[in-house]
Amino acid sequence: MNRFIGFVKKEFHHIFRDYRTMLILFGMPIAQILIFGYVVANEIKDVNIGILDKSKDNVTQEITNKITSSGFFILSDNINSDNEIEEAFKKGVVRQVIVFEPNFAQKLKREGVVNVQIIADASDANTANMVSNYTKAIINNYVQTNLNSRGLPYKIIPEVRMLYNEELKGVYMFVPGTMALILMLVSAMMTSISIAREKEMGTMEILLVSPLKPLPIVVGKVIPYMALSFINAILIIALSYFVFGMPINGSLIFLLLETLLFIFMALSLGILISTVSNSQMEAMFISMFALLLPTMLLSGFIFPIENMPVVLQWLCNLMPAKYFIIIIKNIMIKGSSVLIVWKETLVIAGMTVFFLAMSVKKFKVRLE
Amino acid sequence: MQKQTENIIEVKDLVKRFGAFLANDNLTFEVKRGEIFGFLGANGAGKTTAIKILSGLSYPTSGLVNVAGFDVYKQRNKVKENIGYMSQKFSLYEDLTVKENIRFYGGIYGLSNKYIKQKTEDLLNRLKMTQIQNSLISSLPLGWKQKIAFSVAIFHNPKVVFLDEPTGGVDPITRRDFWEMIYEAADAGITVFVTTHYMDEAEYCDRVSIMDQGKIKALGTPTELKKLFKADNMDEVFLKIAR
Repeated sequence: MNRFIGFVKKEFHHIFRDYRTMLILFGMPIAQILIFGYVVANEIKDVNIGILDKSKDNVTQEITNKITSSGFFILSDNINSDNEIEEAFKKGVVRQVIVFEPNFAQKLKREGVVNVQIIADASDANTANMVSNYTKAIINNYVQTNLNSRGLPYKIIPEVRMLYNEELKGVYMFVPGTMALILMLVSAMMTSISIAREKEMGTMEILLVSPLKPLPIVVGKVIPYMALSFINAILIIALSYFVFGMPINGSLIFLLLETLLFIFMALSLGILISTVSNSQMEAMFISMFALLLPTMLLSGFIFPIENMPVVLQWLCNLMPAKYFIIIIKNIMIKGSSVLIVWKETLVIAGMTVFFLAMSVKKFKVRLE
Repeated sequence: MQKQTENIIEVKDLVKRFGAFLANDNLTFEVKRGEIFGFLGANGAGKTTAIKILSGLSYPTSGLVNVAGFDVYKQRNKVKENIGYMSQKFSLYEDLTVKENIRFYGGIYGLSNKYIKQKTEDLLNRLKMTQIQNSLISSLPLGWKQKIAFSVAIFHNPKVVFLDEPTGGVDPITRRDFWEMIYEAADAGITVFVTTHYMDEAEYCDRVSIMDQGKIKALGTPTELKKLFKADNMDEVFLKIAR
């Protein structure tokens, strides 16, 4: 046990003495969560919109004025027919189009209820969501101040349609996604690099010649990173909860347990990478290209998986981060329990076992 | 120098095969306790493969290998507790201090804190390194690293220490100093098994074996070998064998 503690202590020395490692470990998670967070939570300003007014009466004119004078929107294109809507989006001149149906004011007076259609370009899901919410708020405000306060019980119902990404996947995506990315990076990349470093420097040979068994060597190398990853995860959850108001509707303990499982999976992956690479460079490149990029692109973190070609969707199924993101979203947003996410949990656990088994096998081959 | 007759390393018909390539072809030799045994050969002759098997880093394909009285295949851990190893890279942790490195290596051999502390002090005094005990290894010159690496390899008083090209890249004076340390260790009863390709160093050994293409081509004291091959120095002996 004494040997083991000495080993872990040594590993912490490595980490704390290398400012680059420290920067990756603690600077990056905070920077990333803040960047992603503020990109999402930023207020909107001067968004280009188009208006298709098929009625051109005093009510639609008043609403149009209210929207354009709000400071959030700029009327960049007057659209004259339904056909031009799609075109305007494709040209990228507008992010949102508001459509007033014909005889808007008449219908409002006659039936008391009228619909206004809000079409948003949801390829950027976050902006689309915000833009349409602002528009709805302005219209509701108009109804209250200009109509209801004068004793007119009229309703204008905004119908929001998201173009290109109907379900608005992507909102609240940044916290689970960043968490997956950072845990992957810290656990898998840092572990593989630190083991590869021992090989490169020749110290691994010395360790293997010593009476220390391979298992304690690996565990001793992994424990510090496990601890630091877990601290990181808590940091990210705390930041997203306190700074960005991301809810934690499910059990916090369950959330942390799932996070631990994911960290464990990433560590086993890191060990596997280190068994096939002989230098730090090699370990880093494998981690970069085999882990980071796919984690960012194929896990549903940035691009919705549903919109991908089928072949890429299959690839996505191989990404551990995909399942982790589903689990985290379920727990944090929907408040799901283990009953909902047991399948994803099993997949991650299975991957962990697989990576560990592969590493042990590779390790043995090397010794022969 | 007085020799004891007990064998500390016994190798019989050692074969190591990598696919079709025969790295070690029926090696048979013994090393006696307290001996400085030189293991010579050109690069690729199979020295490193053999030293890896002797130190338990790799398994033999066939043959009998006994180190410090234990079978390397069946009693690997017993072997490990009784040997020290220093590689040609002088493997120390560059981002740890001199003292931390010594502490760490003492620790993985299961030595007690008290013993490590006492012995570290003695060692630093002997090496005249008390001043730099808290410097990082990365800040030290190569010769010093080499000395520390060797001291660390014999810190736990092993019966045998394996030195894999321990003098590579070091200037002649430092090499001389280093051989002084090897003699000291041998006098203290530690058997030294050393590979090198500097033939002048071969003269410092009690006995040498010369490997070529996986086989041991010659084995004996430097004087015997020079007589046998009618050569003036080990360099000539080596050239005659390798040709």
